[in-house]
Amino acid sequence: MMQRLSVSKWSRRFSALFWDGVAALLVLGLIVFLAQASSDFMQPLVESEHDVISLDPSALPEYALRTSLRMLLAMVLSLLFTFTYATWAAKSRRAEQILIPLLDILQSVPILGFISITVVFFLSFAPGKMLGAELASIFAIFTSQAWNMAFSFYQSLHTVPRELDEVSRSFRLSPWMRFWKLEVPFAMPALIWNMMMSMSGSWFFVVASEAISVGDTIVTLPGIGSYIALAIDQRDLGAVGWAIAVMLIVILIYDQLLFRPLVAWADRFRFEQEAGVPPPHSWVLTVLRRSQWVAFTTALFAKIWCWTYQRSQQPAWKAGFSWKKTEVNLKPWVDWLWYGMIAVVCVAISWKITFFVLQEVALAEVGTAVFLGFITMIRVFVLITVASVIWVPVGVWLGLRPGAARIAQPIAQFMAAFPANLLFPLAVYGIVTLQLDPDIWLSPLMILGTQWYILFNVIAGASTIPGELRDISANLGVRGWLWWRRIALPAVFPFYMTGVITASGGSWNASIVAEIVSWGNTTLQAHGLGAYITEATVAGDFHRVVLGIAVMSAFVVMINRLFWRPLYVLAERKFRLG
Amino acid sequence: MLLDIREIHKSFHKPDGSELLVLDGINLAVNKGEIIGLLGRSGSGKSTLLRLIAGLASPSAGSIIYLGNEVTAPPPGVAMVFQNSALFPWLTVLENVQLGLEALGLPINELRQRAIKAIDLIGLDGFESAYPRELSGGMRQRVGFARALVVHPNILLMDEPFSALDVLTAETLRTDFLDLWSEGQLPIKGVILVTHNIEEAVLMCDRIFIFGNNPGRIINEIKVELTHPRARLDPTFRDLVEHIYVEMTTRAVSTSAGKRTEYFPGTGIGTNLPSVTSNSLSGLIEAVAAPPYNGEADLPVIASSLRMEIDDLFPVAETLQMLRFAEVAGGDIKLTTEGLQFLEFDTDQRKRLFAWHLLTYVALAAHIRRVLDERPTHRAPWNRFSDELEDYMPQAAAERTLRTIITLGRYAEIFSYDDEKHIFSLDNP
Repeated sequence: MMQRLSVSKWSRRFSALFWDGVAALLVLGLIVFLAQASSDFMQPLVESEHDVISLDPSALPEYALRTSLRMLLAMVLSLLFTFTYATWAAKSRRAEQILIPLLDILQSVPILGFISITVVFFLSFAPGKMLGAELASIFAIFTSQAWNMAFSFYQSLHTVPRELDEVSRSFRLSPWMRFWKLEVPFAMPALIWNMMMSMSGSWFFVVASEAISVGDTIVTLPGIGSYIALAIDQRDLGAVGWAIAVMLIVILIYDQLLFRPLVAWADRFRFEQEAGVPPPHSWVLTVLRRSQWVAFTTALFAKIWCWTYQRSQQPAWKAGFSWKKTEVNLKPWVDWLWYGMIAVVCVAISWKITFFVLQEVALAEVGTAVFLGFITMIRVFVLITVASVIWVPVGVWLGLRPGAARIAQPIAQFMAAFPANLLFPLAVYGIVTLQLDPDIWLSPLMILGTQWYILFNVIAGASTIPGELRDISANLGVRGWLWWRRIALPAVFPFYMTGVITASGGSWNASIVAEIVSWGNTTLQAHGLGAYITEATVAGDFHRVVLGIAVMSAFVVMINRLFWRPLYVLAERKFRLG
Repeated sequence: MLLDIREIHKSFHKPDGSELLVLDGINLAVNKGEIIGLLGRSGSGKSTLLRLIAGLASPSAGSIIYLGNEVTAPPPGVAMVFQNSALFPWLTVLENVQLGLEALGLPINELRQRAIKAIDLIGLDGFESAYPRELSGGMRQRVGFARALVVHPNILLMDEPFSALDVLTAETLRTDFLDLWSEGQLPIKGVILVTHNIEEAVLMCDRIFIFGNNPGRIINEIKVELTHPRARLDPTFRDLVEHIYVEMTTRAVSTSAGKRTEYFPGTGIGTNLPSVTSNSLSGLIEAVAAPPYNGEADLPVIASSLRMEIDDLFPVAETLQMLRFAEVAGGDIKLTTEGLQFLEFDTDQRKRLFAWHLLTYVALAAHIRRVLDERPTHRAPWNRFSDELEDYMPQAAAERTLRTIITLGRYAEIFSYDDEKHIFSLDNP
């Protein structure tokens, strides 16, 4: 009895920390493993394929198609990952203990940092061929999409309404049927929202992952990213312009042809049956719904699915009453074995990591990396503050005017999706021409793409301020600073927090490409951890890459745990309206 | 015999590892052709019992025998109708009704035919392709019935199926159901209805089991021998309703005078307080004092005149009794001298009288005040009391009790509470 009593908050907090640590070790261990495998395969190759890219604008449609296909493939992979990984985590207690912290850590690892490692790793499967590079690129995009989708699905699985759960149990739905009839539909709205966010975020990475140079290996895949890399190399401002224009069109098409229809379609899965809000609308969906051909295809699929339900079901007459006794008590020694295994793996991995890094890197350099981390951290915080000071008032102003918000909201979401790294050359051009200090003027690039998350979340928050609340403040004559302090800021705070956390995470990632930028043979460099990682990548020095990634992940995790999460909890508790 | 429930005990684990008993020694049997009512207030464990029968949870002791087999998982031939219909919002009416049949693995043609038949039977033809959000609450509940009936269950379990509906809709649905049942059109052999509405139980059931609280147990079994259709205004019907009212109120008091302090309102600090506010308390005092009652009212009468259900009225009445502003017995509520005095007073005097009663008769209030007085800082965190309460009741009940005492304590100004820091204090009480 005493032992159970002691399982209180303290041990819970401690155990969360413990599993986080285990997860971090596993992720780093994996990266080290990849790095080591890769360095064995490092060899100069495929230099010639660089020539394949053409700067002729007429080649852009094909490149755009290839880029968006990569994107789509990665999305399919992410969905598969989501359905398996998150389901596994939600259904198995032991798996959950390790899988969920693992997701959490993976979310914080700077993807751009280990693209180089994975590229070489995948190339080693098919050296000299494009397949390896394609796989690496798709994998990089996948890593920028999958984690938050899996998280959202896992959370939905845990919040399936109790009554619907009871209905499906009392009608004895098979697990397969339950998954497709209850769990997936219930998770759908949140999942689609996360797919959109993932998609937005990953344009940035698709561009960054198409043209990679690691040591002597240069990999270029036909696509917008390589096009722009070549344009930068050859200082062709016109070509950069073309690429930006095409990117805009691609994102627009994706939005109209894929996401609008999806959102409109997923509306039926909303669990709350509230009235009043007009349902989302999509002309594409309307067209599809009226098409005979589509109706025929979906009916066919529905039939096949029905058939799988029948196959998955135990016939009633065979089932009996006690067809499945639930095992409540797992044997304790299995637990001990499991924990013991984890402990052994952890010790082995930490030994391995230390050995791998210290093989080449002096201990003092760890200190340097941490110091550079602090510089980047200061940059991120200053930029977030500046962006907040600008966008919060703008967002509130827009959010309170429904007409303006309707126009501004899609624009802000669109800007968030636009890969900001396409704009970097313009900035470098400006900095070089005006001879500015790169340590200061390169910094804004980090937040160029991510600041929009702050804006559109604040717009969303301000538009939820109830009319009554605004009326009463007008009635009491609350205006000026008091109005901001008592009404506007508290109302948008929870939304602002969501935006700012996304923006902060994104900026850390962007620092890897933003702290060191080139234009032809001019290279500008700021001091920071991002630049450190990029430099190591270019030099093909995986030991320093791993060190950089480890330090950056540690920074991101710590800042999330110690700063953003407490603030977010406070926002949720104190300021959430309704 | 369809179902035989023998010596069922059910308890839940509390966070501290001890057990909380919610069902204590339940015995009942369901025969073919019967509608059984489980009548009681919320927290009497009747819904828990229904879920045990449905195989959705397992009893701590005892057994449930259905057609000769012990229930350990959801058994075939037992279907349930839920309080809030529990339809899948992403499925149409037809697809919702088909759900149970699909799970049986029936061929598509057969399940469509059966589903359409059930939809017609329950009066939903024409709505097959509608989504639940397009339907009114009553229509949704009809879909819930069709979904349960289509699998041709032997036993239909109903978990307060009419309580979320408005009065007229509920009445139509009840009579429709009873008509189909007495005409023998329903493919079911027995019904178990969970309800807290006495009139509903008398209207529908052949036998009514009255449940008592803390722990949930059967305190009486009543046979209803009126023929269908039953008229609410029939004197025999009214007598029966009145009889059950008295039964439920007097039992509450007579058991409370007995052994365990928790039963007697306002003795131990482990008293489970319902969710009431100072407004609802003074509201009931005013209502009872006003003509035509003049200080003494019949509970069913005043309940219907206030348009309240017993579940809503009992907690308020009992809290008034706990505070000695009223006496509740034999289905009546009578204001005490202090209750009448309370009415005469202005706001400040009322608060003072209320504070005095709260500290004198509600041990938890006195306990919190004493702890705050004794501490040099005059502060205590929420956990200080919630942990203590969780020794007596589940976490949810402890939270509710503490919330109620905070509301009452704030009104009486005997202590204050900071919801952000979760701290009780004597600041500015």
